Amino acid sequence: MSEILVLVEHVDGEVKKVTLELLTLARTLGTPSAVWAGPGITPDAKARLAEYGAEKIYVAPAGDIVEYVVAPKAELLAQLVADKSPSAVLVAATAEGKEIAGRLAVKTDSGVITDAVGLGEGFVADQSIFGGGINVQSKVRKGTPIVAVRPNSTAPAPAAGAGAEEEISVALSEAAKAARIVERVKQEKGARPELTEAAIVVSGGRGVGSAENFSIIEELADALGAAVGASRAATDAGWYPHQFQVGQTGKTVSPQLYIAAGISGAIQHRAGMQTAKTIVAINKDPEAPIFELADYGVVGDLHQVVPQLTEEVKKRK
Amino acid sequence: MNIVVCVKQVPDTATERKLRSDDKTLDRDAADGVVNELDEYAVEEALKLKEAHGGEVTVLTMGPGKATETIRKALAMGADKAVHLTDEALHGSDALSTSYAMAQVLKKIGFDLVVLGSESTDARTGVLAAMLAERLGTPQLTLANKVDIEGSSIRIQRLTDYGFDKVEATLPAVVSVVEKINEPRYPSFKGIMAAKKKPVETLAIGDASIDAAQVGLAAAWSEVVDFAAAPPRAAGTVVKDEGDGGEKAAEFLASKKFI
Ligand SMILES: Cc1cc2nc3c(=O)[nH]c(=O)nc-3n(C[C@H](O)[C@H](O)[C@@H](O)COP(=O)(O)OP(=O)(O)OC[C@H]3O[C@@H](n4cnc5c(N)ncnc54)[C@H](O)[C@@H]3O)c2cc1C
Ligand SMILES: Cc1cc2nc3c(=O)[nH]c(=O)nc-3n(C[C@H](O)[C@H](O)[C@H](O)COP(=O)(O)OP(=O)(O)OC[C@H]3O[C@@H](n4cnc5c(N)ncnc54)[C@H](O)[C@@H]3O)c2cc1C
Repeated sequence: MSEILVLVEHVDGEVKKVTLELLTLARTLGTPSAVWAGPGITPDAKARLAEYGAEKIYVAPAGDIVEYVVAPKAELLAQLVADKSPSAVLVAATAEGKEIAGRLAVKTDSGVITDAVGLGEGFVADQSIFGGGINVQSKVRKGTPIVAVRPNSTAPAPAAGAGAEEEISVALSEAAKAARIVERVKQEKGARPELTEAAIVVSGGRGVGSAENFSIIEELADALGAAVGASRAATDAGWYPHQFQVGQTGKTVSPQLYIAAGISGAIQHRAGMQTAKTIVAINKDPEAPIFELADYGVVGDLHQVVPQLTEEVKKRK
Repeated sequence: MNIVVCVKQVPDTATERKLRSDDKTLDRDAADGVVNELDEYAVEEALKLKEAHGGEVTVLTMGPGKATETIRKALAMGADKAVHLTDEALHGSDALSTSYAMAQVLKKIGFDLVVLGSESTDARTGVLAAMLAERLGTPQLTLANKVDIEGSSIRIQRLTDYGFDKVEATLPAVVSVVEKINEPRYPSFKGIMAAKKKPVETLAIGDASIDAAQVGLAAAWSEVVDFAAAPPRAAGTVVKDEGDGGEKAAEFLASKKFI
C-alpha cells in the first residue's frame, strides 16, 4: 500500500494523542510513516508511534528545525514529499499544523484541505462548515493531498507497525530561518489536558456569574479529566483567560463530550463546539438554544446542578 | 513605514450562510457581507503601528464589487487608501490561488509590513498568512498578541498551546493577529465622511500580473465534491432539575460510558 506521511505533534518528547489518531486514520488509506521534526525523540515515543501503526519513522533531529516559526517543518516535509512520493500528507488541524500545511502546499504545488473531520477513499475529506450547519466533501485535485485533520476526529486504535527508523538531514534555506524564536514562555496550566485535544471539555458561560465561580466548572472538569472552556461572554468579562474561549473567534473543539453550563448557545459559540460527539447542557432557561443541540439537558441552576454532578462523578470513579 | 492590511468580506455569521448549488462556492448573495471580525483587529494594529512609527496604511481586499463596503469600513477607521483586487476570473479561488493573487498584488504595490487577521470566519482555513510569507519569502510572524517594531527589527509574541513564543525578525514581514491584541476603534463620523474621499485603486488580474490560469474555480487545487445541510441532531432528553439534576446528568454520562 502507498505511503502516507503523518507529521508527529510532540511536547517534551511525548507524542500527542492527535498523532495517534492520524496514524489510525492513515492506516485505513495506506501505510503510515511518522515524521518527527526536531530533537528529543525517545525510545518510548518510537515505541508509541510503532504501536499505532507507523511502518517507518523519519527522524530529522536537527535543532534548528524548531528554532524558527513553522517554515523549517514545511521544508522538511517538502523534502520528504520529493524523495518518497507519498500518496498524502496528514497534519493535525491545530493553528500551527494548518500553517505548516499551508506552506507545504505552496512549496509542493499541492492542494490543501483544512479542518477535515473525516477522510475516506481517494482522500475525500469531510468538513463541517459554517458552525456545523453544512457538511462538505472535498478533495485535492492537484499535487499531493495535504490534509489537516481536527483532533478527536478518529478514535486512536493500536495496530503494530514496524517502526523502522530513518534519519533525515535537512539543509534549511535562509528564508526558512527568517523568523527566529528567541524565547518560549510556558504558562502554568496545571494538569488539565489541552483544550483543542481533550476528549472531554466542560465550558462555563455568563451563567457562571463570576471569576470565583469558575471553580465550580474546574472541579467538574478535574473530576472528568477534562479541559475547561468558556464562552466569549465569560472571557470578555475577565472571568476566565481568553485562550480558553470556545467559538468562532476562539478555539474550535471537537471532543467526545462537551458540557455547557450557563451558556445560551449563540451561533458564534456553536461554531466552536458543534462537532462534539455528545453534548450536555445545563441552563436555567428552558428556551436556551443550546438545548436544541444537547443530547442531554438539565433545566436548572448550575450552582446546584454542577456541584452535584461533580460529586456523583467522583463517587462513581 | 508602508503597511498593507488585508481585509476580507465575509457573510455575517448572524445570518444563514450557504453554498451555491451550481458551483458549490460561497453564496455571497444569501447573507449580508461584513468585515471579517479579526480583520478589524488587524486594521487597528496597523493604525497603531503607523501612529507610533509614521508611514501609511493601505487596505487590500480581494473579492467581488460589493467588497468595497469592507474597504470603506477600514478607511473610516483611519486607513489611508485601498487596493481592491476584483475580477470575475477570481471567482472560486481556493487558498492557494487566493494567496498567489494577493502575493502578486503585494509585490506590485510594495510593503514593509503585511498585517492580516489570523483567520476568517467563513472558511477558517487559517493558512493565508503562512502562504503569503512562503510566496513572498518574508518572515512569518503569525498569531501575534503583541507586536513591537524598532527600526527594521520586529518582535512579536506568538500564541502557542503552552503559552507564547517571543519571535524576532527583520522587516519586511507578514504578521497575523489574534483578537487579544487590541481593542478595535469605532469609526467616528468624521472618519466616515473622510473615508469617502480616500483613494481606492481597483485592479483586475491583468493589472497585477496575475496569470488567469492560476486562479478561479477551474484552476483551484482543491474542490468541493458534494455538500448537504447537516442533519439536525436527534432531539435529546431534557429534564428539569428537581434537586436531582446533577445525579440524573451523571446517570446519562455513565450510560454513555464517560464515567
Ligand atoms: C467554507 C469554506 C471552506 C474552504 N475550505 C478550503 C480548504 O479546505 N482549502 C482551500 O484551499 N480553500 C478553502 N476555501 C477557500 C478559501 O477560503 C479562500 O480561497 C480564501 O479566501 C482564503 O482562505 P480563508 O479566507 O480561509 O483565509 P484565512 O487564512 O482563514 O484568513 C486569514 C486572513 O487572510 C486575509 N484574507 C483572506 N482572504 C482574503 C481576501 N480575499 N482578501 C483580503 N484578505 C483576505 C484576512 O485578513 C483573513 O483574516 C474554503 C472556502 C469556504 C467558503
Ligand atoms: C463576530 C462575533 C464573534 C463571536 N465569537 C464568539 C466566540 O468565539 N465564542 C463565544 O462563546 N461567543 C462569541 N460571540 C458572542 C456570542 O454571540 C454570545 O454573545 C456569547 O456566546 C454569549 O455567551 P453566553 O452564552 O455565556 O452568555 P449569554 O448569552 O448571556 O447566556 C448566558 C446563559 O446562562 C444562563 N444562566 C444564567 N444564570 C444561570 C444559572 N445560575 N444557572 C444556569 N444557567 C444560567 C442563561 O439562561 C443564558 O442562557 C461572538 C459574537 C460576535 C458578534
